[in-house]
This record gives sequence, C-alpha cells and structure tokens, in this order.
Amino acid sequence: MSILIQSIINGLNQGAIYALIALGYTMVYGILRMINFAHGDFIMVGAYTMFYTAPLMVSYGMPPWMAVLLAIVVCTVVGVLVERIAYKPVRNSGSISALITALAMSVFLENLAMVLFGGNPKTVVKIFDLPMIEIFGAKIQMKYLLTLGIGIAIMVILTLFVQTTKLGKAMRAVPQDREAATIVGINVDKIITITFAIGSALAAVAAMMYCSTYPRCTTDMGSMMGIKAFIAAVLGGIGVIPGAMLGGLIIGLIEILVKVYVAPGWYEAITYSILIVVLLIKPSGILGKNVGEKV
Amino acid sequence: MAAQKVPVLKASHLGIQFGGLKAVDDFNMEIGESELIGLIGPNGAGKTTVFNLLTGVYQPTEGAYYLCGDKMNGKKTHQVVEAGIARTFQNIRLFKKLSVLENVKVAMNKDMKYSLVSAIFRSGKFWNEEKETDERALELLKIVHLEEKAGYIAENLPYGEQRRLEIARALATGMKLLLLDEPAAGMNPTETAELLDIINHIRDEFGISVLLIEHDMSLVMKICERIQVIDYGVTIASGTPEEIANNPKVIEAYLGKDED
Amino acid sequence: MPKKIKINYVINFIGLLLLFAALYALFETGIFGTRTDYFKGIATTACYTIIMVTSLNLLVGIMGEFSLGHAGFMSVGAYASAILTNALAEKGVPTFLLFLLALLAGGIAAGITGVLVGIPTLKLRGDYLAIVTVAFAEIIRVAFTNFEITGGGRTMSGITKLSNFYWAFWVMVVCVTIMYMFIRSRFGRTVKAIREDYIAAAASGVNVTFYKVMTFTVSAFFAGVAGAIYAHYMTAMIPTSFNFMYSAEFLTEVIIGGTGSMTGSIIGATFLSALPEAMRAFAKYRMLGYSVVLVLIMIFRPGGIFGRWEFSLSKVLRRIAGKGDKE
Repeated sequence: MSILIQSIINGLNQGAIYALIALGYTMVYGILRMINFAHGDFIMVGAYTMFYTAPLMVSYGMPPWMAVLLAIVVCTVVGVLVERIAYKPVRNSGSISALITALAMSVFLENLAMVLFGGNPKTVVKIFDLPMIEIFGAKIQMKYLLTLGIGIAIMVILTLFVQTTKLGKAMRAVPQDREAATIVGINVDKIITITFAIGSALAAVAAMMYCSTYPRCTTDMGSMMGIKAFIAAVLGGIGVIPGAMLGGLIIGLIEILVKVYVAPGWYEAITYSILIVVLLIKPSGILGKNVGEKV
Repeated sequence: MAAQKVPVLKASHLGIQFGGLKAVDDFNMEIGESELIGLIGPNGAGKTTVFNLLTGVYQPTEGAYYLCGDKMNGKKTHQVVEAGIARTFQNIRLFKKLSVLENVKVAMNKDMKYSLVSAIFRSGKFWNEEKETDERALELLKIVHLEEKAGYIAENLPYGEQRRLEIARALATGMKLLLLDEPAAGMNPTETAELLDIINHIRDEFGISVLLIEHDMSLVMKICERIQVIDYGVTIASGTPEEIANNPKVIEAYLGKDED
Repeated sequence: MPKKIKINYVINFIGLLLLFAALYALFETGIFGTRTDYFKGIATTACYTIIMVTSLNLLVGIMGEFSLGHAGFMSVGAYASAILTNALAEKGVPTFLLFLLALLAGGIAAGITGVLVGIPTLKLRGDYLAIVTVAFAEIIRVAFTNFEITGGGRTMSGITKLSNFYWAFWVMVVCVTIMYMFIRSRFGRTVKAIREDYIAAAASGVNVTFYKVMTFTVSAFFAGVAGAIYAHYMTAMIPTSFNFMYSAEFLTEVIIGGTGSMTGSIIGATFLSALPEAMRAFAKYRMLGYSVVLVLIMIFRPGGIFGRWEFSLSKVLRRIAGKGDKE
C-alpha cells in the first residue's frame, strides 16, 4: 500500500514535469500547427542555466531556486530567437519544411551545448531543501507535491489567460484564420512571438522541476523528454491546455506504475501503445475536438 | 422513353444529422435512365450534403438509396464509384501537380489489371494496358475539348478548363449516374454555353443520367427535365422547370417572404 | 515496349556498368593504399543509406506523408535477417544464396511490419501519422531491447559478414530501379493522386487506404532490405542505434535532396554518408554546421536542392550528341 502511494506520487511528479513541457508544445502547436521539436532542448538550456547560476545564488545568500528567474529569461530569449531566425522564414513553406527546421534547431542547440559545455554530465546543486513527509506510512518528498502544485497552478493561470484576456483571445483567433486575424487588427507576428516566449518560460520552470528530481544535466536530456512530452500533449488533445496537463500526468503515472509493477523494461513501449490506441479511437486526443475535412 | 421499372437512382427518406442538426431530412428522388435532373436551393440548403450522401462521403443516418436497385448504404466512396456514381466538386478538386492526361488516367485505374510484378518488369501487358488507357483517356479529353492540353499540368489550366477536366475525370470512371456540383460556377456566358453543349453531348453519347446542382437558374431551366428544390435540408418543391418557376414556395425561399 | 524507351534502358544499364567498373578499378588498383577498406566502407554505407532514403522518399515525395520511424523498419530487417543467417550459419549454404536469403528475410519481415503498422494508422495524416510512426519505431526498439534472441539489450554480435561494397552496389541498383518502376506505373500515379487530393482520389474510384498501405509496405520492405545489408556489413548492432535521431536523419536527407526526386535522394544520401568522414577533423562542429545548412536550405529552397527534378542519362547523351529533340 505504501509503495503504491509512493509510486503514484512519483508518477504524478514525473507527469507534472511532462505536463509543463507539454504545455509549451501545445501552445505552439495550437497556434502554428507545428511540432516544435526544439522545445525539449529549451529544457536543456534551462537546466544548464540552473547549473551555472544556482551556486551563484547561494553565494549571494539567496535560495538556489531563485536561479529559475534567470533560467526563464535565458529560455525566453532562446525561444524567441529560434522562432524569429529559423521558424518565421519557413512559416509558409508547408508542414514538412517547418518540421525539418525544428529538427535542425534541436540538433543545433544540442551541439551548441556540446561545444559550450562539453560532453560530461553536470550535477546541479540541490534546488529545494524540503523534508519528507509521511502519509499512510508512505514516505513522500515534499518537492514532488510542490511540482504537482506548480503544474496545476500554471495550467489554471494559462487557461484563464487564454480564455479571458484580450491577448489570449487573439492567440485563439490566429490559428482559426491567420488572414482574418490580421484584418481585424491582430499583429500575428507579435502573437506568435509571445506564444513562444510563454512556452519557453514554461520550459525553464520545467527544467527547475526536473533538476530538483534528477539533478543532472546532459546535452541530449531534452530530446527524449521532449518527445514524451509531445506525446503527452497529443494524448490529451493537442492545442488544448488542460489536455496537456492530463496527458502529462497519465504518461507520468503509467511510466512509474509499469516500471514498479509490470515490466521495468517495457514501460516506454506501453506508453507509446497507449498513445497509438488513443489516436486510433479519437485522433484529436482525449480532450480534443474532432474536426473533419469539408468536402 | 419507356417507363423504367428500376430507376437509376432511388433515394427514399434519406437523411443525415450532424449533432442535433438535421442537415438533410426525408430526401426522396428518382432518376430514370438518361434523365437530367436539377437540384436547386439557396446557399446552405444542403445540396452538397445530398451529393456527399450519395457518394459515400457521409453515411446517411436515415433512409436508403439505391443505384439500379442495389442498396448503396454503408459503401465507401470508392465502392460507390465502382458501382457507378461519379461526381465533380463545387470547389474544383483536381490532382493539381499531375498532368491533364494523368488526372483522367487515375480514374481509370480501377479498370486496369496489370500487377505490381508486371509494372516492375515492364511486361508486355504493362505497355499494352498503358497504351490503351492513354487512348481512351484522350478520347474523353476530346469530348471536353482538352485533347490538345493532355500534357499540361492540371493546375496551370484556366478555370473553365479545370472544370471541364473534372468532368472528363468523372466520365473516366465509367459511371451510370453523374453528379455535377455547380459546374458553371465562375464561368462566363460563352464558357457556360460550351459546358451546356458538353453536358448534352455526354448524355446522348453515353446514355447516362445526370443530377445537377446549379445556382445559374437560366442554365437549370434550359436543360433540366425535372427540378427538385430543397431548403434547410427539406424538399419544398419538385416538378418541371415551368412548375418550379411559378411555385410561390420556391420564390419565397430564394427571395424571402414578402412582408408587406 | 516503345523503342525509344528500350534504348534508354540499355543506355542506363551501360552507364551503371561504367560507374561500377570505375569504382571497382578505383578500389582494386590500390590507389588509396591502406585506406582502401575505409573508403569501401563509406561506399557500402552510402549504398544502404541510398535504399533507406529513396524508400522513405516513396512516402514523403510520392505519398505526401512523412514518417519519423523509418529506422524502426530498418531494424526489423536487420534483426530478422541476422537471426536467419545465424540459424543457417555453418549449414553449408553458399554465401551468395545466404546473402540473398538474408535480404529477402529482412525485406519480408519489415514489409509485414509495414502492413501491420499501416492498416490501423494510415487513416491518420500529417503530424499525427508522423508521431505514430515515432511511437511504433520506439515500441520496436524497446521490444528488441527486451527479446533474448535480439541480444536482450546488449550488442548482438557475431553476425556473418556477407555484405561487401560490390554486392551492396547491385542490390542498391535493383532496389532503386524497382521503386522507380513502381512510381512510373499505375500504382505510383494513383498514390500521387492521393497525395494531391485524397477526397478526389476516392471520388475517382481509388481505394485510398489500400494504396496507402501498399506504398507503406513497399517502403518498409526496402527499409528492411537496407537493414539486412547493414546487419551483415556491421556484424554487430544494438537496438538503440535505430533511434529517433537516425530516422530523423533519413527524413532530412530526403528533404535536402528534394521530395519526390529519386536523384536528389541518391545524391543526398551519398553526400551525407561521406560527409561525417570528410569532416572528421572538425567533428565537434560538424553537426552544428549541418543543422545550420539544413535551416538555410529550408529557408531558401524549401523543396530541397533538386526539387522534383530527375537526372536522365539518355537526355544528357542526346544533348551532348546535339541531335536530340529540343525540349
């Protein structure tokens, strides 16, 4: 019983990290219909920023998690630069061009990190100094609950932002009809840039959560996590903000539970199988809306 | 014409719902051999939905339709085409990057027999069949006056010719019933007149039945033997062109109710 | 068969023979000295990469859908063929026959996988299909990591060395020719029509799903053949080599060469197989430069370097002779 509770909390923690990354994918996909493969690498950028700046924070007498503020700035700048320099020019050349450009940016960031930081893994200092608590005999890390809380809070804020603010409404208008959005006075370029900025900032937060659970950064940490997070976004219904959260949590839970109870070697295969089954039954994902083609 | 025992097309109580909305309701129609029927109605009345129902793009939620007595419900689009219903599209849907000839040949694929192995080894069967298909496709292009443009890429044709190519492609399926979705849309009077000739010619030469959706009332009145009018998915009138032209319900649907 | 086409076939065959003779002479005269084997290796890599990229181009260029899991089919071919040759080793099967059997086993195993993957998934399109192909390739990778017969997560080694450049060259020629014939037949025409407009294709009597699954299967079959060459050239392999990045590499090679251009695929694959070796001195910056070039190509030539253009030896000859019909 205590193992079960512990596993569920671990799974939710893992899931919340995926969910934070998935939110970035879903926002960009929702607005541009583009899989931003480089998004996973934004996490890597955030993690390295944490690695270098967290000790600085400590030396100035501040808590190490304050480094996330710097990480947010760095990730936002990187995200916006990637969008402006690489994605904007190919925006109208079709989905394959956009996909390849995104893949290329992913390779670029990873190899740039390799040149700048070297190939050896780096160990990040302890981000949160939180105690363990006991619930029904299960030892639970407080920081896991914190991750989950932050994830849910961000999802709620984002949903409210997109539903109620003027900027959020503009963000929803752009994917419907880019030209019409321009006609009614929406600056499409600006909206897309803001979307990337928000997505990248979330990646920095996700990087902090990741480093507090696994205090290690490598140059390729982003790509595999990125794919899983994207799958989480598709599973929940891409373009739908609560969908990203739901998808992330489902995948996190399945991974941990399968690892503990079923077959440790197979957890990835099971995650992917579930994605395939969901897509075949409901191509738009769990919370997505089905849109057929007009004849 | 002798009375037909089995109509080419029979639709009885055909209907479809999207969510709670009845897009088409209780649609009935009979088309005899080589008849030319017009289906008209205001924008959004459900005309194209009828076409989509008759070609297996949508499956009817009520009623049934029959081609020469065979029930077509549940068939996929390509099976419906195989059975003998072909169509054109309101917003032209050509294979844009393929040549004019290839556009027509694609629709003949279902009659071609050579196997993958024949294709890979370029057997005699491959060459013969490709040659025969080329010749037949060129004949069809002649009917729509496009034989000289067989080598053009479809997207480079002017608008009116693209519409005619769509008709040739539909003909290539060897259908019994041809559904034309606003074939004259966007055409000038000369092009429309040419189209009229083509449609008449097709009927005479192939003896097929035609169901035509059209906005251009003069065209419909000129060539259709019978006309059916729908509005909000419901049939509001049907009869000869004269009857339709004088039907107050039709005038109301098109012009709105006279309030004074 | 039209006479002109017959002549073209003969010309192309002679061209291939000359190319082969030139490469043979280059390798056998020992111009490269001790590095001969090294260059032969690169040439062999180029051969199976060409098969991978052209077969993927069948999906991307002709069918208009992109797969990010092509390395998955390659691994199915690689492992299936290796298991077969391991079972047949020292049973006295002549080497050439064994190699042929390995190729067929690889192709068929991957082809069957292609059917199994294709039937349920090909109703999805675009990004959704791409992500499902990633998922399938990952499932295949995890399965091979767990199965004992495929090494159980460790390197599967001791596979008989059956591939060499000379055989790989002709296998590549046969594979590319078959795919070319496929494209230029009623099958290719139909698949292109589906790419252009699947609704209109269905309305023209085309069974869209059938032709999509067929193309997917053909493509997977050749990926399996390439995998078989790979396995019997490397003689050792591990499932993680066939990962997402490997699949992505093939896709980028297709796009760089030109979607729909077999010529582009062949040149792209050859060039990119040789590139890592040529740039060994700058290994650290190689991938960095590669990604920048890729982005530049996407910005300035989104259709790839060769677009849809195809090289034709007979056209070139006619132009040189100056008597050909001016087109």
